[in-house]
Amino acid sequence: MIEVKGINKSFGDNHVLHDIDCVFEPGSPNLVIGASGSGKTTLCKCIVGLFSPDSGTISYDGRIFNQMGRNEKKEIRKEIGFLFQGSALFDYLTVEENIKFPLQMFSDMTPLEMQKRAEFCLERVGLDGANKLMPSELSGGMKKRVGIARAISYRPKYLFCDEPNSGLDPQTAILIDKLIKDITVDFNITTIVITHDMNSVLEIGERLAFIHKGKLLWTGSNDEVLSADCFELTDFIYASTTMKQLRKQHQQ
Amino acid sequence: MKTLFHIGRYALFIKRVFERPERGKVYWRLFIDEAYKLGVNSLGIIIIISGFMGMVITIQTASQIEGGWIPPYTVGYTTRQSIILEFSPTMLALILAGKIGSNIASELGTMRVTEQIDALEIMGINSAGYLVFPKIIAFMFIMPFLVMLSMFVGIYFGYVICELSNIITPAQYIYGVQDDFRPFDIVYALTKSVVFAFIITTISAYHGYYASGSALEVGKASTRAVVFSSIVVLIFNYLITQMLLT
Ligand SMILES: Nc1ncnc2c1ncn2[C@@H]1O[C@H](COP(=O)(O)OP(=O)(O)OP(=O)(O)O)[C@@H](O)[C@H]1O
Ligand SMILES: [Mg+2]
Repeated sequence: MIEVKGINKSFGDNHVLHDIDCVFEPGSPNLVIGASGSGKTTLCKCIVGLFSPDSGTISYDGRIFNQMGRNEKKEIRKEIGFLFQGSALFDYLTVEENIKFPLQMFSDMTPLEMQKRAEFCLERVGLDGANKLMPSELSGGMKKRVGIARAISYRPKYLFCDEPNSGLDPQTAILIDKLIKDITVDFNITTIVITHDMNSVLEIGERLAFIHKGKLLWTGSNDEVLSADCFELTDFIYASTTMKQLRKQHQQ
Repeated sequence: MKTLFHIGRYALFIKRVFERPERGKVYWRLFIDEAYKLGVNSLGIIIIISGFMGMVITIQTASQIEGGWIPPYTVGYTTRQSIILEFSPTMLALILAGKIGSNIASELGTMRVTEQIDALEIMGINSAGYLVFPKIIAFMFIMPFLVMLSMFVGIYFGYVICELSNIITPAQYIYGVQDDFRPFDIVYALTKSVVFAFIITTISAYHGYYASGSALEVGKASTRAVVFSSIVVLIFNYLITQMLLT
């Protein structure tokens, strides 16, 4: 469980996050939704400590992160898997070496075990056989998937995915959503997924948090989202699901 | 004010670079890779530059003393001293500041703007140590060898030009090269070169590591890396010379 209390963050005069309070529970993905520039990525980076928030506290299962020394933070970070919006693959390593990287740094696995683990992760993201490619040889969507494979290779307790299925075709997007959900359920980990994708919201969005201009305006589930009485949220949802709505109207 | 900020941040950066590594074995492999990369990739440029400089210094010295009362073997002596004391350690450092410095800064800068450094940090890895420590140690290790190679090539090509032209006889050149040789000069030169290697790698790494924003910034960072490491190399060249040779 990750608890966020009273987070504020500004870049110069740009006040990006306003008093965010939120709890992210394990066992089912937590989706953070909101328009572009609303502060979703900034929130996640504050939670993992890449940005230091101006005020507020963050705790990982009761361990208060922003009061820790660097070594204690390191221990928590080993439990974190993070998919960056731009994938952030190490471009001097092959796909396979990227996935093995956290294992080589921290685990006591033998080379054979690492190899197996890497192949397993690649298979889970639908990229078996891509082992020896370099990141520069991958498409945007493939990079994303390798990023996910790397994020899950060291069996994280906390998984952050920044737009895991932007730039993917609908079929692969569903595969990735399902993968994230399965991992979260199977290993009872705390997962935070940033997304714009209404499909994901409807499919795996049992827990949703809506951020608008740096404020957390609404939390709920995908059952409630269509009937939420939050003006900004309905605006956001209906803008994104125009096509769906049109079809519904058509069917009625 | 800005200078103070950079000096402070540079000091903290160096402290992080030298923190205890996560996993020694990984660092060992990185060290080997870097030493190979920095060493082998610089061989060509070092041989070309040192060869030409050796020839030019020989010709110039010879033309200075022509027809006078100074004995011709002085050409060999002067060429050797110029190359050992100044050309090989300092000029080479400046040239490598351009080549290796911009290389390191753009590599790290790219990793910064594509969030690869953040990715390392999130995994709980000391990114400064992981990325920079092996480079520093590798270059400090390999630099004396490069400098010695440069000395040898420079002096050898001085000899070649004596063979090819008739400025002085090769025998006079060799006599001059061997005349009044002080081993301490080599110690002085190699000490300088190790310090320069440290300066070039750390300053360039610093500029690359703290690049921010876009690819444009990476280019600027790599220019700054070359400019500042060259200036600091020259300052330390003066300081070390003052300390060791006076
Ligand atoms: N490193 C930074 N320095 C300065 N400002 C930043 C930085 N990162 C983000 N911002 C600002 O913070 C605001 C929120 O950005 P953020 O990346 O969190 O948005 P987002 O919700 O993730 O958007 P998107 O869906 O497009 O990824 C933006 O106004 C942006 O300009
Ligand atoms: Mg974002």
